[in-house]
Amino acid sequence: MSGVENIVTVPIAAEAPPGSLRLFWKAFAENRGAVGGLCVLVLLVLAAVFADVVAPHSPIEQFRDHFLTPPIWQAGGDPTFPLGTDDVGRDMLSRLIYGARLSLIIGFTVVTLSLTTGTVLGLTAAFAGGLIDITLMRLMDIILVFPSLLLAIVIVAILGPSLFNATFAVAVVLLPGYTRLARASALSELARDYVVATRSAGAGRFRLMFDTVLPNCMAPLIVQASLGFSGAILDAAALGFLGLGAQPPTPEWGTMLAGALQFYQRAWWVLTFPGLAILITVLAFNLVGDGLRDALDPKLRR
Amino acid sequence: MALLEIRNLAVEFATARGRFRAVEGIDIDVDESEVLCIVGESGSGKSVAMLAVMGLIAFPGRVTADVMRFGGTDLLGLSPRQRRHVVGKDIAMVFQEPMTSLNPCYPVGWQIGEALRVHRAVPRRKVRARVVQLLEQVGIPSPATRLRAFPHQLSGGMNQRVMIAMAIACNPRVLIADEPTTALDVTIQKQILDLLVALQREHRMALVLITHDMGVVAETAHRVQVMYAGQTVETQATDSLFAAPRHPYTAALLDALPERARGRARLPTIPGVVPGIDDRPSGCLFQPRCAFATPHCVAVRPALAEVPGGRSRCHYWLDDAGHPTGHDRAVAA
Amino acid sequence: MLRFLLRRVGLVIPTFVAVTFLSFLLIHLVPGDPIEVRAGERGIDPQRLALLRHEYGLDQPLWKQFLRYEGQVASGDLGVSVVTREPVWNEFTTLFPATLELATCAILFAILVGIPLGVIAAVKRGSAYDYGLMGLSVTGASMPIFWWGLMAILIFSVALGWTPVSGRISDQFYVEQWSGFMLIDAWYSDDKGAFASAVSHLILPTIVLGTVPLATIARMTRSAMLEVLSEDYIRTARAKGMAPRRVVVIHALRNALIPVVTVLGLQVGGLLGGAILTETIFAWPGVGHWLVESIQRRDYPVLQGGTLLIATLVILVNLSVDVAYGYLNPRIRR
Repeated sequence: MSGVENIVTVPIAAEAPPGSLRLFWKAFAENRGAVGGLCVLVLLVLAAVFADVVAPHSPIEQFRDHFLTPPIWQAGGDPTFPLGTDDVGRDMLSRLIYGARLSLIIGFTVVTLSLTTGTVLGLTAAFAGGLIDITLMRLMDIILVFPSLLLAIVIVAILGPSLFNATFAVAVVLLPGYTRLARASALSELARDYVVATRSAGAGRFRLMFDTVLPNCMAPLIVQASLGFSGAILDAAALGFLGLGAQPPTPEWGTMLAGALQFYQRAWWVLTFPGLAILITVLAFNLVGDGLRDALDPKLRR
Repeated sequence: MALLEIRNLAVEFATARGRFRAVEGIDIDVDESEVLCIVGESGSGKSVAMLAVMGLIAFPGRVTADVMRFGGTDLLGLSPRQRRHVVGKDIAMVFQEPMTSLNPCYPVGWQIGEALRVHRAVPRRKVRARVVQLLEQVGIPSPATRLRAFPHQLSGGMNQRVMIAMAIACNPRVLIADEPTTALDVTIQKQILDLLVALQREHRMALVLITHDMGVVAETAHRVQVMYAGQTVETQATDSLFAAPRHPYTAALLDALPERARGRARLPTIPGVVPGIDDRPSGCLFQPRCAFATPHCVAVRPALAEVPGGRSRCHYWLDDAGHPTGHDRAVAA
Repeated sequence: MLRFLLRRVGLVIPTFVAVTFLSFLLIHLVPGDPIEVRAGERGIDPQRLALLRHEYGLDQPLWKQFLRYEGQVASGDLGVSVVTREPVWNEFTTLFPATLELATCAILFAILVGIPLGVIAAVKRGSAYDYGLMGLSVTGASMPIFWWGLMAILIFSVALGWTPVSGRISDQFYVEQWSGFMLIDAWYSDDKGAFASAVSHLILPTIVLGTVPLATIARMTRSAMLEVLSEDYIRTARAKGMAPRRVVVIHALRNALIPVVTVLGLQVGGLLGGAILTETIFAWPGVGHWLVESIQRRDYPVLQGGTLLIATLVILVNLSVDVAYGYLNPRIRR
């Protein structure tokens, strides 16, 4: 018989592997909480950037005729102040919007400071090894021994209460997290083959540190950073609440809550809205951070 | 009637990439005192099939079968609670990785005793003595001192013996061993296998031994079932299988044994890999790797058919000389 | 095991010394002249200044001052409050039981509620229950404690009237304080309503302080449980015919709790920080409130001594957690 093929191969339908960014986005988008958080963050950033345009009033202007006006949906509410006013007649909504700008700046500053310092320290510890490593890690241990809020309070007590000092204090408190993470990542990378190869090719230490190893440690650091944002905002607000952070009339959300307890009976909105703003912002950052971690961690994908 | 009787077993997993049939159309028969070996490469579905029998396949897996009977009882119709009275007591299983298959937080004596206590096989006050007896049976020296040992304090071979002791604690009628020696040192492997066979003979248990090692099959099995890509491709008695394999895959497996390579410079291997979820061939699942494949093999999936010696799933099952029957042209391998 | 213990203690000592050094430095770092800071006075005349300088040892070189400070700390002398003129140590020991009572109740609440919730979420993975629980958990971890406390007071004390607003016990009860723990003291007092009052005052602060640890413990338990449930030995347990509840509670839980216990230890620092805020809101007379006031009143000896004591406490707790971990994990025990 002729025409009978004996070697048969089955064509296997192959898909081009999707680019890694698309893969990442796909994994991230599976998490609806994370996507929701991202939307909230985008809105927040827009509000913060365009605060001058979006806010109906100035955050520090006092309207003498309108102390403790209720929000618009309550009896006695006034449409010019949709969320009411505080005890010296300042518009809540405007203060909240400008507060968003402040909180984002605080978060960004804290994370940038701790992230860069921590990464440098962590990488140095991993590469230098020996005594430098031990000393640096001990230093971090000592910072960790103090409850974070307490340490921040002490630092502010030394430096004086102000928004900047509070930001600095929070950055110090969050430092050990990044340092340890950078060090651990770097150590595990250092053991890998490609590093040994680069080293034997004669690469200098600095080059090795920043060009080769650092990019591969980025993933956990990014996750930590996004979660660090939320911690920074919470701690800065706590300091503000205790009177140790931003000082009035600065519309920082924690500071806004500082004297608010006395109004619990008369003006619940002075108490509720700033904290709600903190909660929503921190929640958004946490959700995004969790989503990032799940998307970047191959083990968790089903 | 066989002790364990299974017809048309199928296990399907709903994965992100579609429905995957890990196992389909499997028939199994095991009698009391019989040793059945299930052979196949990784990915052949041999473990999944036995896990399905034990009821250990969880969502998103789905187990279906026309018949699944143990000692006359229909296993499929049992409620989970009723099934738990059978599994672990009358049907027991030993797993591949002894170091991770024992609970690290509890001493081994406790873990063996648990099977006895929960299944009420032995009155409470006699549990300890029975556990010592079991440890002795599986060849663990000074058993009484080992009762309080933790798994991480014992070697792989010892842990595997503990697992076996745990499995036979309630005198099961069927023992399933899933590659029990693969993770062990070569020197220990033979000891464990000998132990299993000795226990099987002594207790007249049915032993289902899953393995990928044809050497083990030759030494221990009464009957052999060869699996490929989730299907049974051949079943035969051991002697006749080794003398005259009826399926090209089985023949290739046997050819790859070092003992069979007489005078050849290179060991023959089977080109290609076992198909996974993405690349299920049409027609016969083995056809992309088969030296005797024809367009008919690509077009039509063969059924498991009766052949001299047993059954084979091949359009051109091999004759006693190893040539495919009814083939138009034999192709040199 | 003993070797493990000794090693852990040995590691702790340099940290402790470093911590005392930092707290020693506090007086020198804070704005103002150290002598004035210590004395709590301003504008001291030169004669008295010289006297005080000698009395406080501030005319000595720094390292000698530090050694002197170490000696004082070791003998329990942590300075004197400039506001109350009471020794810092005494004030601490008086106020600490209140904080301890609150913190203990909070962590117990977090454990007793958090672990079961986490286990159930893991077992029912992917269900509405799981998502709901994790949603609540992440919300709880995102709450600013001080705001949550204010809201709780607003809702439960003011609007619903279920719980009192502040303090440890109603003013109408007088309770002899011998243990410092209001629950115990009220139980043994003659006044029958006192215990109920103490409990009702404790409920809200406990829940508020315990919220963040609860969220963390629930999540940690869930993820530890999920990992354990996919292990081989769980499959073995099921193959032995063990019931699902038994597999979860007896086989899985003990293994899952090991990482959870380490997380527990880390909670202490956060708990003390949270206590600072909670006590401020609920006017709870504990060390947190004391420390916050010390800043506002420029009572730096209190800040110095209080910080040192709390840091020491954290060190001790971490040590205990390490030891407990070693006990639970059989690989280290034997």
